[in-house]
Amino acid sequence: MLWLASLLFGSVTITLGDFWQAFIGNPVQKSDALILWDYRLPKSITAILVGAGLGISGLLMQTFFRNALAGPYVLGISSGASLGVALLVMGSIGLSVAVLNAWTMMIAAALGSFLVLLLILLVSKKMEDPTTLLIVGLMFGSFTGAVVGILAYFSSAEALQKFTLWSMGSLHQMSWEAVVILAITVFIGLVMAYSQMKSLNLMLLGKNYAISMGVSWKIFQQVVLLSTAILAGSITAFVGPIAFIGLSVPHLARLLFQTSQHLVLFWGCVLIGAILLMLCDLIAQVPGSALTLPINAVTSIIGAPMVVWLLMRQKKLTI
Amino acid sequence: MQNLVLQTKNLKVGYTKGKDRVWSVSIPDLPISTGQFVGILGANGAGKSTFLKCLLGSLMPLDGTIRLQDKPITDWDVQEKAKVMSAVLTEAIPKTQLTVLELVALGRLPHTSWIGKLSEKDEQKVTEALTLVRMLDFAHKKVYELSDGQLQKVMIARCLAQDTPLVLLDEPTSHLDLVHKVSVFKLLQQLAKEQEKTILFSSHDLDLCLQFCDQVLLFTPKGVYFDEPCNLISEGVFHDLFQEEDVTFDASTGKFLLKK
Repeated sequence: MLWLASLLFGSVTITLGDFWQAFIGNPVQKSDALILWDYRLPKSITAILVGAGLGISGLLMQTFFRNALAGPYVLGISSGASLGVALLVMGSIGLSVAVLNAWTMMIAAALGSFLVLLLILLVSKKMEDPTTLLIVGLMFGSFTGAVVGILAYFSSAEALQKFTLWSMGSLHQMSWEAVVILAITVFIGLVMAYSQMKSLNLMLLGKNYAISMGVSWKIFQQVVLLSTAILAGSITAFVGPIAFIGLSVPHLARLLFQTSQHLVLFWGCVLIGAILLMLCDLIAQVPGSALTLPINAVTSIIGAPMVVWLLMRQKKLTI
Repeated sequence: MQNLVLQTKNLKVGYTKGKDRVWSVSIPDLPISTGQFVGILGANGAGKSTFLKCLLGSLMPLDGTIRLQDKPITDWDVQEKAKVMSAVLTEAIPKTQLTVLELVALGRLPHTSWIGKLSEKDEQKVTEALTLVRMLDFAHKKVYELSDGQLQKVMIARCLAQDTPLVLLDEPTSHLDLVHKVSVFKLLQQLAKEQEKTILFSSHDLDLCLQFCDQVLLFTPKGVYFDEPCNLISEGVFHDLFQEEDVTFDASTGKFLLKK
């Protein structure tokens, strides 16, 4: 299976490479090469990183909370990141503009998402019921929306515009420096997730069984939550909140590979996440026109019906 | 004296709310030695599961100590403990895409490296465990396709695949019909005898336990008793089991009868 996944991964990147060539279009001129190098390539790498990272963070959350509907967006983690960025962009009126760079935005988003994650963890300790968890995530989303609304009401037009643009999500405007930073953080998050594959498999039988089979709960919990926060937080900071990728990718992987084995699902999620996001980005470009749609809108338009379709098809989702 | 696998001293289990003890039960000091087949009996809510949870470490005892292989149970490293003690719990498992074979193979993971790759020996143990509970034909079925009874047998197989000297089972036969109950009891008894495994299990099948078990830990409203079944019968403690209820114990046949 792993071999198959790696094979697919190879072929997909190759076809996409070809696709890019065709997409860039007709005669390859020097300016086109520049566009390819400075614009298209960082963007496609970003798409791969974001898709893979969000897919894995969704997988981690679904197994950790034993909840098939968990994901960074649904559980309000993206909202937490939004709040962090909103506070930074619109709340820091007194601070100089110099504070607003990729790093501070990333730290604010990561802090925001980590905070929500802790909150959700607290709730999940009090109430085992998975539905409660989703409702809390939903409530947090509304709460954040309200706070952001209040901030927006009082903030300057410039700050508001900056935040609105960020919240629509965008894979453009990624400098090579930003791509490298994102690649490093996503890589760290993925390595942390990969180190917990055995424990995640054991978690398929629930927490108590996992402990009876030798899972050190505290370490496992810390690594999984930290990894999720790093992945969802840093990705949201760079490209804005992106809906449904984290939720739908693990289900697509399960559907495709018909397994709950995390070693297979890990590569499945990386692969499918990357493909799905590149696809969404392609649609967002509206090939053949100068138009560009916000990526978050595209993932929602594709993702929401996809989740409904998955639910209808499987009757009950598995983890 | 044989090797003691499990010992308890002055053990009290129960629940607290804030600083108040809401409910607690004193357990008699247990010396449980290798190869014993021990039944835990008692009415619903008498404390059987609470006691098992304390052994598993998901609940702390209110008082007293538990020693696993002569080392305090709290001193055990989780990973090492998983090689000595395995469990079948009553809780429902999440719905997954696991097959029967994959689920049973999870029991081997405590014996593998960090990545969890199974060796040939591990795979052999998995097949063995499935054969023992007669579920090998179902190996490639998805777990969610099984009936409750079949699932219970698979969960027992997973526990056997873990291959530990001490095995705890919380009501492992509750979803089985009489024939399958007896076959599980026989299997567990056989494992205790032939492979020197120590087996502790809670059950509501009083009649069967009295016939099969070497020792019984009996939870009654008056107190908790630990002895061989025949001694418990002659002491008359089974009469306390269902006080003021519609069931009475007939010591001559070792059976529970309805009060007329």
